[in-house]
Amino acid sequence: MSLADLANPTRFLAFAGRLIPWLASLTVVLFATGLVLVARSPADYLQGETVRIMYIHVPSAWLSMLTYGIMAVSALGTLVWRHPLADVAARAAAPIGATFTALALVTGSLWGRPMWGTYWEWDARLTSVLVLFIMYLGLIALWRTIEDPTRGARAAAILILVGSVNLPIIKFSVDWWNTLHQPASVFRIDGPTIDATMLLPLATMALAFTVLLATLHLAAMRNEILRRRIRALGLTAAGAAR
Amino acid sequence: MIASLGPYANFILLSYAAATLAALGLTLWVILDHRRLRHTLTALEARGLTRRSARAAARLAPETPLETTLETQA
Repeated sequence: MSLADLANPTRFLAFAGRLIPWLASLTVVLFATGLVLVARSPADYLQGETVRIMYIHVPSAWLSMLTYGIMAVSALGTLVWRHPLADVAARAAAPIGATFTALALVTGSLWGRPMWGTYWEWDARLTSVLVLFIMYLGLIALWRTIEDPTRGARAAAILILVGSVNLPIIKFSVDWWNTLHQPASVFRIDGPTIDATMLLPLATMALAFTVLLATLHLAAMRNEILRRRIRALGLTAAGAAR
Repeated sequence: MIASLGPYANFILLSYAAATLAALGLTLWVILDHRRLRHTLTALEARGLTRRSARAAARLAPETPLETTLETQA
């Protein structure tokens, strides 16, 4: 099945229906493996046991940006290629992205209190992630405000692309400004600086979170297609009743 | 187990509780939303409302069993 075939919502629903159970099973297996590896991993020489928060904080932070990246590509799909599923993909991703961003903020605060002595600091990394969270909420509100899906799709796509400026700001904020947040320690030109005993559980948890995102996103897209079908049938019924 | 997490065990456990809540919350949201939407769609179809493409398919193949038509729509 090619990507063009999936532009047909009916074919996409059949494809998603087949894939979701496999992805859900893989998510469970990866989380089980990841949690065992986290339990067996050593404490950090500086952070102590608190380093275990990193195994959920870092993947949530990555996914908060990855989800917005998916929405940005979908926005291009809406505006440039007018792909029928592009707005469906963006709209379905927003609540998931908002949740992962909220989780990154909460777990970051819970790590920050014992390590930095504060739950919150208005520094570049934390503030730019908070802006990302607000962007997600704003987009969800925008989609809900505009009833016509076509108009809503274009408005949301423009706002998503404007907001995508925030992604490099989040990524490089720790290099561009003085911040409490530590610099990148995994995705570096000279390789990760984390010990393998901690890198393996982190990578497994990151993979588990990513497959969870894929599962939830496919399921949410399927729901969004059904929602639009119900809306179309409702309009048909209303037109016939006149 | 909790004692072995050191003096900041509460912070660690709260973080994992938040992650569990987020993952389960999202999962429940998509499952319940899907059930509600399927129920609404089935109710609409039971009232005789079908999509344009489904009506066209039914015109082309009137002998097609209803189950097959519904399956195609899903």
